[in-house]
Amino acid sequence: MPYLCLAIPAWLQKLRDEFYLNFIDDDRYQYILKGLLVTLEVTFFAVILGILLGIIVAIIRSTHDKLIGDMRPGAGKAVLRILNAIANVYLTIIRGTPVVVQLMIAYFIIFATSNNKVLVAVIAFGFNSGAYVAEIVRSGIMSIDNGQFEAGRSLGFNYVQTMIYIIIPQAFKNILPALANEFIVLIKETSVSGYVGLQDMTKGGDIIRSRTYSAFMPLIAVALIYLVIVMFFSKLVSILERRLRTSERK
Amino acid sequence: MKESNNGPLISIKDLKKYYNGDEIKALDDISTDIYPGEVVAIIGPSGSGKSTLLRSLNLLERPTAGTITFEGEDITSPKTDINKLRQKMGMVFQHFNLFPHLTILDNMTLAPRKLLGMSKEDAEAKALELLDKVALKDRANAYPSQLSGGQKQRIAIVRALCMSPDVLLFDEPTSALDPEMVGEVLDVMKDLAKDGMTMAVVTHEMGFAREVASRVIFMESGKIVIEGSPDEIFNDPDNERLKTFLAKVL
Ligand SMILES: Nc1ncnc2c1ncn2[C@@H]1O[C@H](COP(=O)(O)OP(=O)(O)OP(=O)(O)O)[C@@H](O)[C@H]1O
Ligand SMILES: [Mg+2]
Repeated sequence: MPYLCLAIPAWLQKLRDEFYLNFIDDDRYQYILKGLLVTLEVTFFAVILGILLGIIVAIIRSTHDKLIGDMRPGAGKAVLRILNAIANVYLTIIRGTPVVVQLMIAYFIIFATSNNKVLVAVIAFGFNSGAYVAEIVRSGIMSIDNGQFEAGRSLGFNYVQTMIYIIIPQAFKNILPALANEFIVLIKETSVSGYVGLQDMTKGGDIIRSRTYSAFMPLIAVALIYLVIVMFFSKLVSILERRLRTSERK
Repeated sequence: MKESNNGPLISIKDLKKYYNGDEIKALDDISTDIYPGEVVAIIGPSGSGKSTLLRSLNLLERPTAGTITFEGEDITSPKTDINKLRQKMGMVFQHFNLFPHLTILDNMTLAPRKLLGMSKEDAEAKALELLDKVALKDRANAYPSQLSGGQKQRIAIVRALCMSPDVLLFDEPTSALDPEMVGEVLDVMKDLAKDGMTMAVVTHEMGFAREVASRVIFMESGKIVIEGSPDEIFNDPDNERLKTFLAKVL
């Protein structure tokens, strides 16, 4: 249909050529696709690491705040003091420095001998996320009525058992939306992975740009994919929040 | 009960609990004994130290000075295994403190399974038997939020009983209840008393103290002002402060 072909306006024609150049030619879409998988992989495992670390740090800090006044001097008290000091140093450093600097220190200094970039990124982003998750978990723990602690302790559970069987499950339910939100935050933060040469989705888009000398298509494509993922998870979080609220009322 | 040889189950000697240095004397030199099978009602005006005394017995509050001997062991000594001790002292709170994330059955079986190593079957069989006694067997799989206040408190009592404690401590078990639900909880406590359970009950229910208690302790300003049989306490006492108190509450 030659008539129709001619009818395509020039700007649309240009757009099509750009699209072809940036994504189809040389299978360049693969940079973005593979990068997306790396982004999701790093984010997923970093969130898990962050939540584990965050829970541990939160338990140390709230245990310290709650118990240190009542403790008899001795090894237990000294250990708790030291753990709390370590936790505080960790929180201060992580929250006081940019994540991209932490990533570079992890890759070029701490794990200089490793070339597993994904693993280093997971560790760096996981440790970063842990510092923020710790505060979320801590506020979750503090929101649980003290009577729950006392009920657990009066049955004969020790402090840690009370935490594990009684406090954390309730706190976790309260903070689940905030934790899911941490995934959303992290998926965007991992976009600096290119600084250590890890080919995540942002880096993938940037590589295409450097090959084709055309920035618009690859960068807008990358932005759109982030946006869709974030909107999807935001929707999930709000559904989760609503679910949790209705289950409270039953 | 280990101490069947007529000795006291709990022996309190010169017990003191101070807050803010020695500014607030919540307990000011308390001495008394609780014998097996006794029901001791603790009465007195607000702030007189009733809760502090009760909570010192299972070390939810750490005494400033003095000793508490339970089943022949000085529990204020640093060597005491507090958690083992608490397994033998059940506690019932004013605000029930049921675990909202667990079903009634799980509320009751958690501690026996985790702390006494009971099998799920055995723990549930025992829980169901106790639920039957308080006429709540049909609510075994409900959650606490689905129960009325009176039902919650009956569950809290049988939850404590699941650990087969040697003594039960009650801190104003009916004060948070609507008036029409007080009776059902007091009835359960009366049955326990009849079965020979040793109980210490902080209460504003003078009717209960008079009818069920074997001994009544009247406290004021952290001291035991007078103690005696319900008859001695309620029928024309000659202690002025007790008279003033009773005139207010009766
Ligand atoms: N953690 C604390 N810090 C400081 N003072 C306290 C603390 N706990 C209790 N007190 C004080 O100790 C005294 C005794 O309190 P307690 O709760 O034992 O009284 P109570 O007889 O149970 O009163 P109520 O009938 O109101 O429950 C009160 O003056 C109270 O203000
Ligand atoms: Mg009280």
